[in-house]
Amino acid sequence: MIPKDLKYTKDHEWVKPEDGKVRVGITHHAQKELGDIVFVELPQVGKKVSKGELVATVESVKAVGEVYAPASGEVMEVNSALESSPELVNKDPYGEGWIFLLKVTAPGELEDLLDAAGYAALVEGQG
Amino acid sequence: MKSGTIYDLGAPGRRAASLPPLTEPEQKILSLIPAEVRREEPPWLPEVSQPELVRHYLRLARLNYGVDSGFYPLGSCTMKYNPKLNEGLARLPGFAGLHPLLPEEEVQGALAVLWELSEYLKGIAGMPGISLQPAAGAHGELTGMLLFKRYFQDRGELERRVKILLPDSAHGTNPASAAMVGFRVVSIPSNERGTVDLQALEAALGEDVAGIMLTVPNTLGIFEEEILEVTELVHEAGGLCYFDGANLNAYLGRARPGDMGADVFHFNLHKTFSTPHGGGGPGAGPVTVSEPLVPYLPVPQVVKEGERFRLDYDRPKSIGRVHPYYGNFLVLVRALAYILTLGDEGLREVSVGAVLAANYLKEKLKKTYKLPYDRLCKHEFVLSGEGLGEVRTLDIAKRLIDYGFHPPTIYFPLIVKEALMIEPTETEPKEVLDAFAAAMERIAEEARREPRLLKEAPHAAPVRRLDEARAARQPVLRLPRP
Repeated sequence: MIPKDLKYTKDHEWVKPEDGKVRVGITHHAQKELGDIVFVELPQVGKKVSKGELVATVESVKAVGEVYAPASGEVMEVNSALESSPELVNKDPYGEGWIFLLKVTAPGELEDLLDAAGYAALVEGQG
Repeated sequence: MKSGTIYDLGAPGRRAASLPPLTEPEQKILSLIPAEVRREEPPWLPEVSQPELVRHYLRLARLNYGVDSGFYPLGSCTMKYNPKLNEGLARLPGFAGLHPLLPEEEVQGALAVLWELSEYLKGIAGMPGISLQPAAGAHGELTGMLLFKRYFQDRGELERRVKILLPDSAHGTNPASAAMVGFRVVSIPSNERGTVDLQALEAALGEDVAGIMLTVPNTLGIFEEEILEVTELVHEAGGLCYFDGANLNAYLGRARPGDMGADVFHFNLHKTFSTPHGGGGPGAGPVTVSEPLVPYLPVPQVVKEGERFRLDYDRPKSIGRVHPYYGNFLVLVRALAYILTLGDEGLREVSVGAVLAANYLKEKLKKTYKLPYDRLCKHEFVLSGEGLGEVRTLDIAKRLIDYGFHPPTIYFPLIVKEALMIEPTETEPKEVLDAFAAAMERIAEEARREPRLLKEAPHAAPVRRLDEARAARQPVLRLPRP
C-alpha cells in the first residue's frame, strides 16, 4: 500500500508533484494507525506556509494527527469533500482522500522527500 | 419501552405532581411575558406520571457504572473511592444552604473552611500562595498560564517570551491550555527511559521561552528523576515551571512540588482528595504558586485577621476572577473532610498504597502484556495491546466490560502504541487487583484462541459495541421532535 509514483515525508504524508504544485495527503499506514477518521480541519485557500508548518489536522476516534507543509508555498486548493465525508481519508488515502494542493515556492525543499522504498523502510523500522 | 428516552413514556396531559388551587387570582402567563421574548411554539416537554418518572431514572441509574459499583482503573484519572462521611458533611444545611452573597460576618464558618483548606494545600504543595477558584485541572492550567502571562507582562517580557515547552509525556490538556492563552507550544521529546531529555530541553530554552509545563510523575507513571535539573535549567533561562498535579497521588505527603522548583502547581481535588469525579463532579482544581506569582492570584483571597476571616479584593495586580464567587464550595468541604479524617499519617499512606498497587499489578500483567517502559512506576503504568494478533487495545477494553470492570484509559499517552494506561489507586483490596489481573490474562488467552469474542465485545453490557466513528461524524445532539 505504498504507491511507487509518490514521494513521502517522515511524518507519514504522501506528496504528488503536479507541475509546479504538489498534492498532499496522509499515507495508508497513517490512516490505519489513526483509525476511523471523524474530522479533518482544512487550511484557508491562499494561506502561505513555510516548510514544516502545520497545515491541517486529522482527527480520529482515538487521536489527532497533524499534517505539515512538505515545502514552503501557498495553499491553492483544499479537498472540501472531507468536511462532510472525512472517512474518504480511510477509504482512499491516495485518491479521494487527498487533503490540500500546494504551490511550491522553494522546490529545492522537496529534495529530502523519501521514495517508496525509503518510506517502506521507515514504516518497517517503526513497526 | 425498555431503552427509550423519557419522551417515549406518558401521554398528553399526564402529570407527575398535582398542585393545590391558587389563592391569588389567575393571570394568563402570556400576559406577563413580552411578545418579543416568547418562543414561537411551546416547548416539547415530557408528560409522565410520577411512577413513570421515577422508574425511568432509576432504570438509567442502574445501568450506570461507577467507582461504587466496581473497579475503575482509568489511568490519569485517579478514580478512588469517595468516603461517604464527606458526602454527609457537604450536605449539612449550614454548608449546602448557604447563599454566596451572605455578608462575611454570617459565613465565618464557611470562610474558615476555605482558609483551613488553603493552609493545608499550601503545606502539602510547599508553596506560599493559593487560589481555590479553578473548577477542574484544565481550569487550573488555564489559570496558571494566565498567571505566567501577567508575570511576564509586569516585567515587560511578554513580547518576547512566547513559547511554552511541553514534554511529549505531559497531559493532553496542557498544550491546549498554553495555546488558549496565546503561547506557542513546543514539544520536548522523552528519552529512552521515558523522562524529559535534558539535552533537548537545553536546546529549546532561550529568551523566547515563557516556561515549561510538566506532569510529575508523567503520563507513563514515571517520576522525573532529573526534575531539579529541569526546573533549574528553566529558571536560569528566565522561565517559569508549571506542574500538573493530576498525578499527585503518586507522592502525596512524600515530596512537595514547591521543593522541586514549581512556580504554579494545580491540585485535582476530585482525584487526589476523593471528591466526586467524572459526570458526578463538579471538580476543583486549586492552584498554588511560588512567591513571585502571589501578587497575581485571582481575587478574592480569604485572609485571617485575629479570629475573623475576610475576603480580600484589594489586590491590584490580580488576574481577576476565574470562577463565580469562591470556586465549587461543597467540593472544597469534602476535600477538607478527607484531609482531616486521614490526617498527616493517613495522607502519607495514600501514596504508598497507590504506588504499591500499581507496581503489584504491573509485575503481574507484564508476563502477559507488553510493558514498553519496564521500570519502577509510581501510581500508574502503561501497557501495550500490541502483539496479540489482529486484536487491538480497543477490543481488550471492550472485553473487560464483559468481565465487570471499567476499562483503563486507552490510546494515551501517544508515545506508546496501542496504550493501556492503568491506575488502580490505593482504595482497592488485593483480591480486586488479582481478579482484574486474572481477567486481563483470560482476555489475552481469548485473543489468541477466539479473537472474535474480543472483536464483538461487549456481549454482557446494556448495549453492544457502539459506533464511535459514526457518532463523531454525524453527531445528533438533540432528540428530533416527532
